[in-house]
Amino acid sequence: MPIIDIKDLSFSYAGTARPSLSNVNLEVKKGEFVIVTGPSGCGKTTLCRCLNGLVPNFYAGELTGEVLVCGLDARRQPTSVLSHHVGFVFQNPENQLFSLTVERDVAFGPENLGLSRDETRRRVEWALEVTGIGGLRDRAPYELSGGQQQRVALASVLAMEPEIMVLDEPTSFLDPRSSQEILGVVAKLNKDLGITVVLVEHRLDLATRHCSRIVVLDKGTVVLDGPPKDVYGRQAHLIGIGVPKVTLLFHLLKQDGVEIEKIPVTVEEAEAELREILKH
Amino acid sequence: MITVESLRYAYPNGNEVLHGVNLNIGDGEFVAIMGENGAGKTTLVKTFNGLLKPIDGKVLIDDVETRKTSVAALARSVGLVFQNPDHQLFCETVRDEVAYSLRNFGYPPDVIERRVRGILETLDLMPYVDSSPFMLSGGERKRVALASVLVWNPKHIVLDEPTIGQDYQQKDRLRNVIVQLNTQQKTVVVVTHDVEFIAECRPRVILLSGGRIIADGKAEEILTDKALTERASLIRPQISLLFSSVANLPRDVIDVFSAKAVINSAVRRRT
Repeated sequence: MPIIDIKDLSFSYAGTARPSLSNVNLEVKKGEFVIVTGPSGCGKTTLCRCLNGLVPNFYAGELTGEVLVCGLDARRQPTSVLSHHVGFVFQNPENQLFSLTVERDVAFGPENLGLSRDETRRRVEWALEVTGIGGLRDRAPYELSGGQQQRVALASVLAMEPEIMVLDEPTSFLDPRSSQEILGVVAKLNKDLGITVVLVEHRLDLATRHCSRIVVLDKGTVVLDGPPKDVYGRQAHLIGIGVPKVTLLFHLLKQDGVEIEKIPVTVEEAEAELREILKH
Repeated sequence: MITVESLRYAYPNGNEVLHGVNLNIGDGEFVAIMGENGAGKTTLVKTFNGLLKPIDGKVLIDDVETRKTSVAALARSVGLVFQNPDHQLFCETVRDEVAYSLRNFGYPPDVIERRVRGILETLDLMPYVDSSPFMLSGGERKRVALASVLVWNPKHIVLDEPTIGQDYQQKDRLRNVIVQLNTQQKTVVVVTHDVEFIAECRPRVILLSGGRIIADGKAEEILTDKALTERASLIRPQISLLFSSVANLPRDVIDVFSAKAVINSAVRRRT
């Protein structure tokens, strides 16, 4: 059974005429690393909000279709129940950090799940360790750098031991190196612990290497879905997807008649392909 | 003209963020300020419209010192678009939001209507003219914030992370808007981490690190410098990484179209 199973999902926010999602069908298997992307305003954030019940429980509107997450009906379960299964990391870490120390922020989730002191302590230690912020435990989140704050946000979500992590543009506010590090941590959680990852991202240059699949939304529906090498074609570029620059370069070269064996999706693949082209 | 002389700035808690910045930005220039999280980029641009006043040194906008004038007066010539649009949006509709400044400046209604419509069309926002800004997506709200500043036609425009949440087409549109502003002799200063966007636009790049300027020059010089970019927590553009790892290719290529031209001519030479 897929861990996320969405059937014919449509949603319009209260007071808007235009649906944000229309007839979305999406299955995600346990352990997948899926990037969700699409033009500005295509419904990416709304789709994420459906996965932990923020839509329709917190953001009201008209919803039709089915959303099953870990076998639970996300339309009817309160967010408090879904939060055991789905961890949510927002674009701006300042929106989800509020305690006076990093340790307290990370402990907040487990404490509110009603876990014992020992279990809470164990989870906090573990979450701090896997995100590499053990050294920051006594610092105040608001005095940390953006990259460090985003790690705290990740840790605070991880401490709930979710099966799925949903991250809504988690690197937007970060400098490229911090972005790379955060995406590395997420990829490690996916690989080592089998946590299913749904990552919303515009900047695909850094994220592509980690994912197994890319889902492209346009005007509220899924228009492309597959591994990066299949998705990063002409159509993706035309609807405004920022395909990695090396991928775009090789598409353009191919159009110009240069013989290209395989369109690269990472810089390393591009290097190999370019050496090959220049050898002839 | 924006002139910054030996600027030091510390927040009220004593944390000094800028340690002696010197800078000259001429009319009609396009400048990107880049650097790691916490380098002082946002702090620096907030001194341009007087939101923050230097503790030492000075900032001059068209030869007027920011310490000797009000933010309200400076705002007419320096338009600042914040990183987080929610810090500047508050009206009930996109139209009201974008018209707000012009109404305050006392423009006649027909001029306001024309200008608002013009800028909304330029930024692909006409479909949302009657929507509440708060019902829009993050990327759309960002564009509304930009429209609400561009509409009053300031001479110097400062954009803090304008590409966040924008797709490729919107970034293209933004680039065209910037070029257009430059041809009207307007200064455009962009604070950004978006290395790939800057590689496509190739403006003058100022690298800020730890509150000091560590480099100032052409994008193709700075973004291809491994040591400099690492110091500022940047990653070189993909095209630069590709070209620096394959032998006999020029090292100063950072954008897709130049790269395509170089490779095409290399391939042609071989056949």
